[in-house]
Amino acid sequence: MTSDRMTSTVRQIGGTALTLLVTFIGLLAVTFIISRVVPIDPVSSILGDRASAAQIAEARERLGLDQPMWQQFWIYVTQALQGDLGLSVRTREPVAAEIARYFPATLELATLATILGVVVGVPAGVLAATKPGSLYDQIVRLIGLMGYSMPVFWLGLIGLLVFYGQLGWVSGPGRLDASFQMMFEFEVTPLTGMILVDTALAGRWDMFANAFSHIILPASLLGYISMAYISRMTRSFMMNELGQEYITTARVKGMPERRVVWVHAMRNVMVPLITVVALSYASLLEGAVLTETIFAWPGLGSYITDALLVADMPAVLGGTVVVGAVFIGLNMLSDLLYRLVDPRAL
Amino acid sequence: MTLLSVRNLKVSFDTETGVVEAVRGVSFDLGRERLGIVGESGSGKTMTGRSVLRLIRPPGRIEADEMRFDGVDLMGASETQMRALRGRRIAMVMQDPKYSLNPVMKVGAQLMEGLRQRDGLTRAAAHIKAVEALEAVQIRDPERVMLAYPHELSGGMGQRVMIAMMLIPNPDLLIADEPTSALDVTVQAEVLAILDGLVRDRGMGLIFISHDLRLVARFCDRVLVMYRGKIVEELAARDLLHARHPYTQGLLNCLPRIGGPRQPLPGLDRSADWAV
Ligand SMILES: Nc1ncnc2c1ncn2[C@@H]1O[C@H](COP(=O)(O)OP(=O)(O)OP(=O)(O)O)[C@@H](O)[C@H]1O
Ligand SMILES: [Mg+2]
Repeated sequence: MTSDRMTSTVRQIGGTALTLLVTFIGLLAVTFIISRVVPIDPVSSILGDRASAAQIAEARERLGLDQPMWQQFWIYVTQALQGDLGLSVRTREPVAAEIARYFPATLELATLATILGVVVGVPAGVLAATKPGSLYDQIVRLIGLMGYSMPVFWLGLIGLLVFYGQLGWVSGPGRLDASFQMMFEFEVTPLTGMILVDTALAGRWDMFANAFSHIILPASLLGYISMAYISRMTRSFMMNELGQEYITTARVKGMPERRVVWVHAMRNVMVPLITVVALSYASLLEGAVLTETIFAWPGLGSYITDALLVADMPAVLGGTVVVGAVFIGLNMLSDLLYRLVDPRAL
Repeated sequence: MTLLSVRNLKVSFDTETGVVEAVRGVSFDLGRERLGIVGESGSGKTMTGRSVLRLIRPPGRIEADEMRFDGVDLMGASETQMRALRGRRIAMVMQDPKYSLNPVMKVGAQLMEGLRQRDGLTRAAAHIKAVEALEAVQIRDPERVMLAYPHELSGGMGQRVMIAMMLIPNPDLLIADEPTSALDVTVQAEVLAILDGLVRDRGMGLIFISHDLRLVARFCDRVLVMYRGKIVEELAARDLLHARHPYTQGLLNCLPRIGGPRQPLPGLDRSADWAV
């Protein structure tokens, strides 16, 4: 029974990996087609308007643009799979290297926000579900509703005004104070690009504290929005589970309510909750453009938006590919977790 | 010697379309005997059984003039007192194990849960007891079943797991809700023999809820016949198959007979005054 489950899990993972590859190539096909359809000539955007015919021909050949379409696509795919997303028109730097600088900022912010959203949202939703209609339930619902309906930039500006401007509890925009920024660049090895992780690994707690005082406000803001979603979904999943017969069975056995809710029902709530958390995390990993703008956070959202504004197609499409890859990866991860918590999943 | 006495029990649900009265004034006494409850689907058998454990969840409400178990006032007992009774002294074999076992917990964990959490047994000791309980209900490879998840069990296995789980703590009162409906005849006989033994030797009280009038007539001492939340007839089990009451007769007429004439089964006549 157990080994059957193991082999089936292994086969499933193989299947998922294949799906993953196919989906990724599909994603590349879409970005490839976009790049050939948009009326921006890659050659003139590199060479400028006054290049000679010979220069243009030479550039076309170098970019592989003289080859048939399917061959161009093949080149694009093999390069992308090797981590080559072309050169940014704006900076002449490899897009992949640039994204490698911007993405960790987003990853750090999104991860912290999601952790906050889960740590607060799940218990809030569970407790609301155990006392539906109570004052507590109403309060959770109201706080959640505010998280849904308040414009992010407004919340962000108010947050900066109050907690940075008035109270001085947190630091302002950016990932570090200017003085620490220099220190960080010279003294800390950027292993992950996530400042909290890198400074912790280097044991530089002074910098860690400064980075934390910068990230906590935007992370709380995004965490609040994710908490609103997660708590609402948790509440409804938990209500549903608490109405099931196996809950009565646990009570018949004399189990305390704490255990009925947090063990019996919660294990079942985890199944759909994984998808919800993954979705919420993925949407944050896209880069929260407004939040990144308000907090001068150099993340993926700002990178793609800035590139879009100057029609830097390789950068835009490279960013899109990364966002897509993150979605695919998270999907696979949540699929795997799903299998772990739900024995009925085959 | 009365183990459980119930006076004027009412269960009602406040729904959007008004109040649904699932149980409307049920009274009975139970000694250390086998009491059958029969009645058509929706007549309130399960709700009556669950009321004894005070496990009707909102919007359901329980009212009773009296509900007393072995000297304990069940209506007045605190939640903590009730929890001490549940599982240990009063247990309930739940109808339909397909929905009554936790789908994401292994059968073994669910069987051992009471022993570990409530009775504080070690893992090893609980395991031994759980395996014994499975063997007692005629499960042949208990170790394998311990590792299985509920969806990997057949209906009959699930039912036996449920029975084993509820018998583990040796309750004084067992409410068994359709406990043997999915078992084949031989296993059913074995399980009934176990229940019978517990009533005879240990003096357990048994409430046996079933659709199967022939089985109840054979197995129980006394029978309550329920219709729309009321007891319409109470009689000795041996008299059940010759009952005079029109509703009970109606239920009996609905039983197909092997080798009998093949006609459409007759419906119930609900026009009489008991049917209000
Ligand atoms: N949550 C609820 N809300 C409203 N009515 C309910 C609710 N739960 C049960 N009822 C009603 O209570 C009545 C009695 O139900 P009960 O489960 O006791 O029937 P039963 O005799 O056990 O039937 P079966 O033989 O099908 O198991 C039913 O008519 C049902 O409509
Ligand atoms: Mg029932």
